Amino acid sequence: MRKVYLNGDEAIHDISNGSIIMLGGFGLCGIPENCIAALEKKGTKELTCISNNAGVDDFGIGLLLKKKQLKKMIASYVGENREFERQLLSGELEVELIPQGTLATRCMATGYGMPAIFTPAGVGTEVATGKESRVFNGKEYLLEYAFDADFALVKAWKGDSFGNLIYRETARNFNPLMAMAGKITIAEVEVLVEPGELNPNEIHTPGIYVHRIFQGSNYEKRIEQRTVRN
Amino acid sequence: MLDKNQIAQRIARELKDGYYVNLGIGIPTLVANYIPEGITVTLQSENGLLGMGAFPLAGEEDADLINAGKQTITTLPGSAFFDSAMSFGMIRAGKVNLTVLGAMEVSESGDIASWKIPGKLVKGMGGAMDLVASAKNIIVAMMHTNSKGESKLLSKCQLPLTGIKCVKKVVTDLAVIEITDKGFLLLEKAPGVSVEEIKNKTFGKLIVDGDIPDMIFEQ
Repeated sequence: MRKVYLNGDEAIHDISNGSIIMLGGFGLCGIPENCIAALEKKGTKELTCISNNAGVDDFGIGLLLKKKQLKKMIASYVGENREFERQLLSGELEVELIPQGTLATRCMATGYGMPAIFTPAGVGTEVATGKESRVFNGKEYLLEYAFDADFALVKAWKGDSFGNLIYRETARNFNPLMAMAGKITIAEVEVLVEPGELNPNEIHTPGIYVHRIFQGSNYEKRIEQRTVRN
Repeated sequence: MLDKNQIAQRIARELKDGYYVNLGIGIPTLVANYIPEGITVTLQSENGLLGMGAFPLAGEEDADLINAGKQTITTLPGSAFFDSAMSFGMIRAGKVNLTVLGAMEVSESGDIASWKIPGKLVKGMGGAMDLVASAKNIIVAMMHTNSKGESKLLSKCQLPLTGIKCVKKVVTDLAVIEITDKGFLLLEKAPGVSVEEIKNKTFGKLIVDGDIPDMIFEQ
C-alpha cells in the first residue's frame, strides 16, 4: 500500500466538510504548515479542530479561522488571536477549553486503545461540570474520554516511506500523541527518506500509526516570541 | 514594597539542590535569574523540555526550541525532550518538586483562580490546571492587590477556579504568606512595609503570630 503522497493537497484530499481533525503543535512550533495551507486552499468548512492552540491571526489555525472554516475548536490556550476572540464572543465559533495535560492524555489514550483516563486536573473547577469522578487513595479524579478524530495532521522532522517519524526538539509536543490518535494520520516531514535510512533506535512514532506521509515545502517555521539575551 | 524581580529573588530562596521546577509565565519566569549558587536546579518546560537554558544569543534562535511562553530558549548539557503526555505524566506523578505560578486570586484555603475573567477575553487554562492538581509544592508569585487596589488574597475566590486547596505559599510585593488550615499565616514582610498595611490589604483571615521579620535579600 502506498503511503507516500505528493504534497499537502493530495494528502488531505478526502477531509470533508464537518470532519473532526487533530493538529499537532504547541503555539506555532511543530505545526503541520503544509496541511493547514492545503485545507485553507480547499476551503473545507464546518471543521472541528483539536489542537493545543488556535494559531495567530495570520498563521497556523488562524488562517482557517479567518476563512471561517471552523465550527468548533477544542484547545487549552487560545490567547494571541483576535479573530478567534471575535468569533467566540459573537457565537460563530463553538469553543471547548480543556487542560493541556488532559488534552495530551486523551490523545494518548486513543493511540493506546484505552477508552478513557482519570486525571485530577480540573477537580473542583468548571471543567468538572457534568463529569463522572472517582476517588482513588483519597484523591478525586475526573473521568475523561479518549478522542475520536477522523484525521490527525502532524509535523515531524524526518520520516521514511513506511511512515516512521522522528521529531526535533520541542517541535515534538503533541505530534507523536496525535499521530497515534487519528483514524487516518497524515504526517508532513522536512526530510523524507527511504526505509533503512533512519536509525530504528531513534524512531519516535512507528509507521504503523501513520497512513500518509509527504515531504513538505516552504516551511516558514514562524517564531511567536523571539527572545534573546545580550 | 518589592518589585517583580525582588519577588522572584525571594522565591528563589525556596529552591533546593536537586529540585525539578516548573516556572509559569510572568514573574515566575524571573526566578530562573536568581537560582542560588552551588545548587543544581533543573527547569521543566511543559511543552516538552527538562533542562531549560537561557535565551539564545541574537542570530542563534531556533524555531523548534521554545518554552511554554513560546519564547525562544536554549538547552543545557543534560537536557531532554519529550512529548506533551510524558510532560504532564511527570507532573501528575509528582516528579516535579516545585511549581511557581502567577494568579489573579488566592483564597485562604489555598484555592487559586488564574485563567478566566467572565465577560472578558478567555485565554484558557493551558497547563495550569494540571500543574495545580498534582504538584506537591505550589508557590504563587503575584502582586498583593489588583490594578484597582483590591486584595487578591481573599476568604473565597470570586473568579472561576483553576484548582482547589493546592497553594502552599504566596509571595507578593508586600509579604510571604503560608496557607494553613486556619488561614493566611504571615511569615515575612517586605522591607518598609508594616503589618498594618498587609492586614488592610488582605481580604481573608490573616494570622499574625508574634514579631514578623523582614524578608532577607542576599546580595
